[in-house]
Amino acid sequence: MSATTIPAVAEERTAPAIDAPDRPRSTKLRLRPKVRAGRVLLSVLAVVIAIVWVFPVYWMVNSSLLPNRQLQSFIPTFFPIGGSLDNYGNALADGSFFTALGVSLSITLIVVFFCLLFAFLASVAISRFRFRGRASFVLAVLIVQMLPAEGLFIAQYKMISSAGLLNSIVGVSIIYTAAVVPFTIWMLRGFVAGIPAELEEAAMVDGLSRSQAFMRITFPLLAPGLVASGVFAFLQAWNEFTVALVLLPSEQMHTLPLWLRGFIQASATRETDWGQVMAASTLVAVPVIVFFLIVQGRMTSGLVSGAVKG
Amino acid sequence: MTATITTDAVTTAPGRASKPPRRRRGRSVPHLLLIPAVLILLVGMGYPLVWQAVTSLQEFGIAQQFGKPAPFVGIDNYVSLATDPDMWAVVGRSLVFCLVTAAVTLAIGILLAVLMTAVGRAARLTLQISLLLAWAMPVVAAMTVWIWLFDRRRGVVNYLLDMIPGVDMNRFSWLSNPLTFFLVASIIVVWMSVPFVAFSVYAGLTQVSDEVLEAAQLDGASGWQRLRFVIMPMIRPVIAIVLLLQLIWDLRVFTQITMLQDAGSKAGEFDLLGTYIYKLGAGAQDFGMASAVSIFVLALTLAISWFYVRSLLKEDAQS
Repeated sequence: MSATTIPAVAEERTAPAIDAPDRPRSTKLRLRPKVRAGRVLLSVLAVVIAIVWVFPVYWMVNSSLLPNRQLQSFIPTFFPIGGSLDNYGNALADGSFFTALGVSLSITLIVVFFCLLFAFLASVAISRFRFRGRASFVLAVLIVQMLPAEGLFIAQYKMISSAGLLNSIVGVSIIYTAAVVPFTIWMLRGFVAGIPAELEEAAMVDGLSRSQAFMRITFPLLAPGLVASGVFAFLQAWNEFTVALVLLPSEQMHTLPLWLRGFIQASATRETDWGQVMAASTLVAVPVIVFFLIVQGRMTSGLVSGAVKG
Repeated sequence: MTATITTDAVTTAPGRASKPPRRRRGRSVPHLLLIPAVLILLVGMGYPLVWQAVTSLQEFGIAQQFGKPAPFVGIDNYVSLATDPDMWAVVGRSLVFCLVTAAVTLAIGILLAVLMTAVGRAARLTLQISLLLAWAMPVVAAMTVWIWLFDRRRGVVNYLLDMIPGVDMNRFSWLSNPLTFFLVASIIVVWMSVPFVAFSVYAGLTQVSDEVLEAAQLDGASGWQRLRFVIMPMIRPVIAIVLLLQLIWDLRVFTQITMLQDAGSKAGEFDLLGTYIYKLGAGAQDFGMASAVSIFVLALTLAISWFYVRSLLKEDAQS
């Protein structure tokens, strides 16, 4: 409707467009069935693409529910009718899943705790203070964040092994914390900067000390930021493969990604039990998917924030 | 540094101070707050980086593993890399893989973002949920599923392709030929990366105001012209950043290539930079050469990411 009123106004100013008020309406009327048909077609296309894209995830769950007899058939079974949870039982049977879960959980919790602590302190420093070296620190954080694990893991392996920390949770946690802390600082910095310092000042006028004001006013407001950054650190540490591969060679110390890789490695020498592998993959993926959905929006905006806003 | 301080002082001087001049009291406070982060970065990143730079200038092989001192050889490692056809093959493959995969990811991601704006709510949500699920999949879990999908005998991909009349894909082994091996790798990486691109570009597209588009329409711009001359310039910054990130991420595909090699072949012609370094270092124990290749990878990444870092710095200056 607004489309018809705007040209009406414009028409008064520009003389030649005498039939302007009619034209958009009539073309709109003529176009409508065509436009609607196009929209339906596009919607169908969108749903088809959605199905194609989600298919691997669906296939993982579907295969995890099917007995091996059906998976060995040359005609795939597309729906888990008559499926069972037997594959899950088999994947968990030898207990190695729980060993890996324990290793993954220990590493991840350590990394999340220290990342949040270090990043919190650092982000307060760079968003609440102007000081000598601030710009260099921010630059260093941003550059370090870009360094690929592939470009450093051999050196990190050398360092950790000469410190006698191969196959130890401490060694891998140090490397993970260093790798994750830069982006956590960057994420938290945005949250800290979003809380007006005036709030603290008001509290200080009311008689609190600066640290009291910070702990009682700013810190509670920062909770969503801490949760989002914490989940980000969790996902990074939980999913990491490259560094874990070199720092945790002993099977007893395998994290969940390494444990899962073991299934594929074994498939080179013997017939793969795909039902069991897919059950194992599902077990590893589900908690990650849940956590990921919580922070997804924040991660996108953190990575491209400047570009999307400006 | 002095520049920031002076501008800060100027802006804070007249009454309304958004950032109070706290540096008067406790000058050392911010530095103290940075100590833990700086320490962990120095230990976890700084030391390995320096060690690597030094080792890349040394002969550091198995003998040095057993305590023999490592002789300084200058740029010998780099020279032997530069004259090694294997190295050039790996570099070439990595760059082609990175460029092709990033370009395809960008193209599909942008198309899906435009598609999201063109369809109704229900269709858009369906597409978004599906993309989110793909995005959320842990890399290793995604790799096992894809290896199963491309399985020679019972994979769905061969089954579906074989149903096309005239196509015989029965027992086609995707992972035993370098070309199809990297095609599969590229498909998987595109599948994983498109959601991020689509969501970022979609977020950018929703920032383009309806008024501007309406004005362009009234001026007679066709749908294509509006996309080309109004929408594209407005979302160019998002696309630039997403492209840079994609290029950087597609250079670090160690996990994907390693898992595909587990299922296929570990031969040299299936290597990209990541697996090449791994084999040099963890396999052949030639740390001098491995370090030199690593330094090369770091330099390449830094060169690409410089523009990205600069745009983030600009944002930091604004906040």
